[in-house]
Amino acid sequence: MAGNREAQNPVDLDDLYRDVILDHYRSPRNRGARDDASVSAEGFNPSCGDEIQLSVAIINGELSGLGFGGSGCSISQSSASMMTEAMTGRSIESAREMSQHIQQMLTDDEFDLDSVDLGDLEALSGVARFPVRIKCGLLAWKVLDQALANATGESVTDDSDIPTRVTSG
Amino acid sequence: MTTATPLDIAAIREQFPILSREVHGRPLVYLDNAATTQKPQSVIDALAGYYSTMNANIHRGLHTLAEEATTAYEDVRKQVAAFIGAPSHREIVFTRNTTESLNLLAYTLGARLRPGDEIVLTAAEHHSNLVPWQLVTQRTGAVLRFVELNDDQQIDVDTARAAINANTRIVSIVHMSNVLGSIAPVAEIAEMARSVGATMIVDAAQSAPHIPVDVNDLGADYVAFSAHKMLGPTGVGVLWGRRELLADLDPFLGGGEMISVVTREESSWAALPHKFEAGTPNIADVIAFGAALSFLNEVGMDKVAAHDAELTHYAVERLSRLEGLDIYGPADPADRSAVIAFNYRDIHSHDIATILDRSGIAVRAGHHCAQPLMRTLGVPATARASFYLYNERSEVDALVDGLLEAGERFGFERGA
Repeated sequence: MAGNREAQNPVDLDDLYRDVILDHYRSPRNRGARDDASVSAEGFNPSCGDEIQLSVAIINGELSGLGFGGSGCSISQSSASMMTEAMTGRSIESAREMSQHIQQMLTDDEFDLDSVDLGDLEALSGVARFPVRIKCGLLAWKVLDQALANATGESVTDDSDIPTRVTSG
Repeated sequence: MTTATPLDIAAIREQFPILSREVHGRPLVYLDNAATTQKPQSVIDALAGYYSTMNANIHRGLHTLAEEATTAYEDVRKQVAAFIGAPSHREIVFTRNTTESLNLLAYTLGARLRPGDEIVLTAAEHHSNLVPWQLVTQRTGAVLRFVELNDDQQIDVDTARAAINANTRIVSIVHMSNVLGSIAPVAEIAEMARSVGATMIVDAAQSAPHIPVDVNDLGADYVAFSAHKMLGPTGVGVLWGRRELLADLDPFLGGGEMISVVTREESSWAALPHKFEAGTPNIADVIAFGAALSFLNEVGMDKVAAHDAELTHYAVERLSRLEGLDIYGPADPADRSAVIAFNYRDIHSHDIATILDRSGIAVRAGHHCAQPLMRTLGVPATARASFYLYNERSEVDALVDGLLEAGERFGFERGA
């Protein structure tokens, strides 16, 4: 029974609405499209209407800046805001790796939080305990995957129900 | 409302086992009735009783079980006819849901349309009364026209008149909006449709559960609704149509049960309504729907309507006093029933729904399967509270408290 499981391991709203998440929601970082974008991508959650547009400037294989637009719930928008900060200055490969870690953290019960240094992004870990909100947290990262795939000319296989569309910047 | 004696809510609640459960350690406050309603014990018992005592395929068996099941199934058809004032039970077609009823009409009526013919819908349609007609326009070259909302976010006679003209072949409109809660003047619009020779269809998915719906008063040609939004089980929809019109329609789905004589080359159709019920129908759930209708009849739809209106009025009053709360739909609570869509502060409706859920309160959040209406209202999404005969004022109070708590979490002071 769900009730028993919860009694042993109660899920609190504080797990979802961490201060850092609410802070990014109220004061989003890197809001707006970048004029110097090398690639851009956008995605939305059809079931709830969350939208993210992402533009990424890439210089010599490094993400020199990210900008995001869109609308949606606190989780989808703060996830995007935190992502733009945390990915700035990373190589394409490093950004991809972190994207995989975050997506695993959100979807894989076995994910070991101590295995990777997530920095502030660790605040998103509580989202995994709210199954209906996981797709909100995932959206920005799915869009990032698409944008980076566009940069390298590869294709992304995604079996989630989040449609993403890639546009060239 | 002062006309009807108030409902004995405590006695009604006792008959819904789910209402005694807890969610996250708090009593369930179920305010998502526009999505689906809870089921009384009598409906649950009817469902189990059918499988326990009379399970058989209907209309073809010659044994006792088949005869009992057929009688029980057909009795519900008569019950439905009586519930909506239909002249004959042969005018009642069982489908899976409102969506399938509307698709049946779009498929069969749509086949007759030609390029330039116009189908009139409203700005407030649920996707179920929009997408099937979009498919029709792709197949036929017919075009969609929309009745716009007036300044009070209602469909009225004037906005309808602006959309209906000599090219109109079909008018298909929502009776009660699942977002705005407003009730369209169907009878007047049906008169306009008739005057231009158009077929009038009413999506009564939200109205049939909450207000007395009489097909004669509506003046419509077809009416569609779902059992699960009126205490019945999922998987049963109703399509009512005027007998002569149903008789003139081609079948929607082909197969067993809907035929009269079948040769290798062709078939002739069964009599109404069986022509539209191909294959083994949802026998168990139709029979359980009968128990739901009995429940509503026993309470009385007048009383249900009065209760829902009174509670909606109370909720609008309490919610409007919250700072930063926007309610969509008609300004006067008397013009709406049972449904209140709203946004609070700048908190996204999904966050509202998640926070309320932690207090045991179930509301809907999102676009409510009405994305074009969301665009018309200029919002990406809304939260929605919707009531039914077992809801009470204390649950509205719990909703208000839950919203204040959500506000606090997002950094707003607990005002109001």
